[in-house]
Amino acid sequence: MSYELRVNPIACDGRGLCAELLPEIIELDPWGYPILVSAEVPRALAEHAKRAVAACPVLALALVTHPRG
Amino acid sequence: MTALALAARRSPQLRLPRLLAGISYYDVASLRDHEQRYGPLPLWGTAGRRRPGRLIDVVDASGLTGRGGGGFPTGRKMRSVAAGPGGAVVVANGAEGEPVSCKDRLLLTRLPHLVLDGITLAAHAVRARTAYLCIHGRETELRDALEEALAQRRAVGLDPVPIQLRGIPGRYVASEQSAIVQYLNGGPAKPTFSPPRPHQRGVRGRPTLVNNVETLAHLALIARFGDRWFRGAGLPAAPGSALVTVSGAVRRPGVYEIELGTPAGQVVVTAGGPAEPPAALLVGGYFGAWLPAGAAWPVPMCHAALKAAGGAMGAGIVAVLPVSSCGLAETARVIRYLAGENAGQCGPCRFGLPALADALADLAYQGGRGRAVERAAMLAGLVAGRGACRHPDGAVQLVRSALRVFEADARWHDQRGPCPGVARAPLLPVPGEADWDWA
Repeated sequence: MSYELRVNPIACDGRGLCAELLPEIIELDPWGYPILVSAEVPRALAEHAKRAVAACPVLALALVTHPRG
Repeated sequence: MTALALAARRSPQLRLPRLLAGISYYDVASLRDHEQRYGPLPLWGTAGRRRPGRLIDVVDASGLTGRGGGGFPTGRKMRSVAAGPGGAVVVANGAEGEPVSCKDRLLLTRLPHLVLDGITLAAHAVRARTAYLCIHGRETELRDALEEALAQRRAVGLDPVPIQLRGIPGRYVASEQSAIVQYLNGGPAKPTFSPPRPHQRGVRGRPTLVNNVETLAHLALIARFGDRWFRGAGLPAAPGSALVTVSGAVRRPGVYEIELGTPAGQVVVTAGGPAEPPAALLVGGYFGAWLPAGAAWPVPMCHAALKAAGGAMGAGIVAVLPVSSCGLAETARVIRYLAGENAGQCGPCRFGLPALADALADLAYQGGRGRAVERAAMLAGLVAGRGACRHPDGAVQLVRSALRVFEADARWHDQRGPCPGVARAPLLPVPGEADWDWA
């Protein structure tokens, strides 16, 4: 299993919750929109990533699961 | 064998024009003119009725690629639509959004039947049940002319799948293919976050073939004269001809048909040559890039070569910047325009492009006080790759090329203030500029 984060830039409203819950991977730009430092999520952060996805009030963040590796 | 194909074999000098062979400066080519020149629509010939997919093989073999800017192999696109669950939709994109391009408009206003033939042939080949021709909503005269052309064809039962005309709201991003699909589905003419791509699930959820109108016009000729004829012009890796719009400091600006692979400098010469000593060429349009004139001159006009040179083919655009103009000011104007044309959907584009436009205007017109170059480069990095469509990426590509090609000028601006070229009359067309408030 490997995990990949995806932002739907149309849906994203720049609320910034994701960056608070997953600062290791998500930074905010000067306008408050998320920048993914890397799309791939290390296994150790998978739970935090899931929490960030669940916290997004406009469902703009998704965690895509790739089988193996 | 038609006269056109014979000429193509006899003399390499007569390989062109192809698309523009039947053009008249005074009048639109009627259905009669069109059929006299090219013969009847070959729905029952090359693209034989019993094997509609045969045309796809021929298009594949011809090496035709999309002429709207993407440069994707047309045959492959048709094949994936034809392989879908059926009930396909064909969309001809004639809503040319690029202010420096007018080739699609030329085709539609002067040679509509080439495009309409292409739509019907494509619809036949992918077994579509619906076909649209999209133009700008505000072009009512063009719309009337096309309705007239469609009526001529209806009278003789030429298009088994009726071609429906649609007017698209005229914004730069509205001609992006997912925007057109969303508009035809009853939504706003704004890009969507893909996947699915239109060829998988497009208009009303059906597999949808979206092609530029020039691409479809080539298809109308390939269906008649074959893939080997098509490859008789251009390069082995980039076969055929293409329409290019040449503007800026040239003696005869306009739309020209060139063989792909023609050096950019030769294209400028075809348009009468430079009207003033050239400093740089804008290739590929407002999502394209600046190239220094000297370096650009020998570069073959095709996607691969232009890209390797740091440019782009786009929809076939060449604009000549004279040494007396300021490339930074021109870029600032274009980016201001693109910032205003963003769909307002994605934050980085909505806020980043206006900020980038401000930084460039600061550099071009105020002198950047030693910081504007750095700030523009930083903002470009923040915006790139962060939209649902290519809008921010296209703008960034242009900005980065400007900072590279006009590097010395940018340093001058940043440290000493605007160069004399800023005072010159603007070169590139920027719709709506009169309403801007630069202060």
